[in-house]
Amino acid sequence: MIDFLQMVVSGVAVGSSYALMGLAMVIIYKTSEVPNFAQGEMALVTSFFTMMLLTTFGYPVWLAFCLAFMFAAALGAFLEFAVLRRAKNPNILGTIVITIGLEMVMLGLVSWKFGAEQKTMPFPIGPYDSFIIGDIFIAKLEALTLVSALVLMSLLFFFFKYTRLGLAMKATQQNAVAAKIVGIRTNRIMMMTWAISSVVGATAGLLISPVIMHPFMMWDPMLKGFAAAVMGGMTSLPGAVAAAYMLGIIENLFGGYVSIEFKSVVAFAIIVLVLCVKPSGLFARHYVKKV
Amino acid sequence: MDMKRDYYEDVQLVTSPVVFFWLAVLLVFLAVFPFLVGNYYVYVANYIAINIIVAAGLNLLVGYTGQISLGHAGFFAIGAYGTVILMAKAGFPFLLALPCSGLVAAGFGFLLGLPALRLEGPYLSIATLGFGLTITQIIGRIQLFGGREGLHAPDIVIGPWTVDTDRQFYFILIFITVLLLLGIRNLVRTRVGRAFIALRDADIAAQTMGVNLVFYKTLAFAVSAFYAGIGGGLYAFVLKFIDPEIFTLMMSIMFLAMVVVGGQGSLMGPVVGAGLLCWLDLKLRNILDIPFLGDWLETLSRSWFSITGVSNIQYIVFGSIMVAIMLFEPLGLYGVWLRTKRYWRTWPF
Repeated sequence: MIDFLQMVVSGVAVGSSYALMGLAMVIIYKTSEVPNFAQGEMALVTSFFTMMLLTTFGYPVWLAFCLAFMFAAALGAFLEFAVLRRAKNPNILGTIVITIGLEMVMLGLVSWKFGAEQKTMPFPIGPYDSFIIGDIFIAKLEALTLVSALVLMSLLFFFFKYTRLGLAMKATQQNAVAAKIVGIRTNRIMMMTWAISSVVGATAGLLISPVIMHPFMMWDPMLKGFAAAVMGGMTSLPGAVAAAYMLGIIENLFGGYVSIEFKSVVAFAIIVLVLCVKPSGLFARHYVKKV
Repeated sequence: MDMKRDYYEDVQLVTSPVVFFWLAVLLVFLAVFPFLVGNYYVYVANYIAINIIVAAGLNLLVGYTGQISLGHAGFFAIGAYGTVILMAKAGFPFLLALPCSGLVAAGFGFLLGLPALRLEGPYLSIATLGFGLTITQIIGRIQLFGGREGLHAPDIVIGPWTVDTDRQFYFILIFITVLLLLGIRNLVRTRVGRAFIALRDADIAAQTMGVNLVFYKTLAFAVSAFYAGIGGGLYAFVLKFIDPEIFTLMMSIMFLAMVVVGGQGSLMGPVVGAGLLCWLDLKLRNILDIPFLGDWLETLSRSWFSITGVSNIQYIVFGSIMVAIMLFEPLGLYGVWLRTKRYWRTWPF
């Protein structure tokens, strides 16, 4: 029983980082229909930028993190402005290829600058600090990941529901032409969407970096987050979060009870099975194309 | 483009004496090429030829049928392992093992095509991506397949002839490549190929016209997987050794990049794309040896990046090429070629 609870707890913790990545991808896909394969590498660049601020320049932690989030927002906005906006009506394959291309460029730059070996992030909480509730070990970092995921989710929820900017984003997603007619600058909205999504993704990156930090560190969380987003329906924020936690927990239980070797790919098997049954994901209404 | 006046003009392979001449020149060049260059370049040619096979097959799926696959490394792995296992463990001759493993890959392609019928866009890309990652994990765990240690490719014996150098293998490979490309060229002009194109352009309209969507979409996946399987089977003999670590997600991405860079939905596009990207891949590994550019990069690296030299620069180059192609010429190098041709045909007007 203890084992089971322990696995669920660490599943929830892993699920939180998937949820953050999934959220980031859903935010972009909702407004611009771009499946952003570069999300992981945007977070990667931000993480390494933060590490550089902390180690090379010796900034205090709070300042470094503030700068990191500003950098993430600027990076997201820049990519939208400089690359995605310039594409002439790309189809879905086009956007996939563009974002994969961006991903490879950023991956190449980071591994050129920092090398491929494991780095240590001077994070205030180490990966092995933990506390015990009952008989269950909970790493402080995992708890922090969970808390920040929950906080960000609720912030995003209120943002999309109640603020002017959030409503404008929803409007842009539902009908870009109509949004333009009522006076929304859709281009600027897109840019802000990318900035927000980049910040959400960067949070995940920063929380992963104390444990693993090398140029390929974001591949697994990004793909799992994307898988969760797809499973949740690609347009639904709560759906992506729920699917991310499901994937995290199932993955850990599978690793514990069935086979540790297939732990990392079981998520994709689940995705294929879920998509066979519900092609638009679990939490999205099935969209039927009208002729 | 001249107007085509009867059906025969549309289906004929060689449309004019000029085309015939250049085709003959190309075939002669391919035949004498290995005698003109050193062993390394024959190896490079083999490597490129295999990528051409896979890219051409993927183009059938991506360019002609309008589907997305980020899992072709999976089919590639199935082909490679299938051929080696059939030859080493079951004692099949090479000429039988290769098509057999191609058919096994096609079977998997058919299976993946079934869920793909209901999926599109990001859903399809994550499903195929998951397939590619899962297949290599599964292969890596099965003892018959050599597990993580991998397998050695046996010698190819065709009748009395044992193939033991790259140069001899080159001829088998080029023959198969030309045959398969010819196959694609013919396929896209038949009922099947036209059905693929119809499904890409407007699937609902195509269905209304009586194109069987279920049949043709799964067929596209199967044929594309068959090509990847054949390519994989041949790749095992170029490397002489296979293990699951070769068939990564990056490989699937590179196959897709070859198709997109070369030009989707054209015969020569994937050929040029595969050639260009493979050649760049090999060149960029020792980019610092190139005069001027290498020195400049080293200075740049020392002052801004790292002092240990340029690592993984191929990612930057490939990524930039992919982004630039999609931004400036979505039809790829084939689109550039079309535009150039049109420009010069009407020059100086």
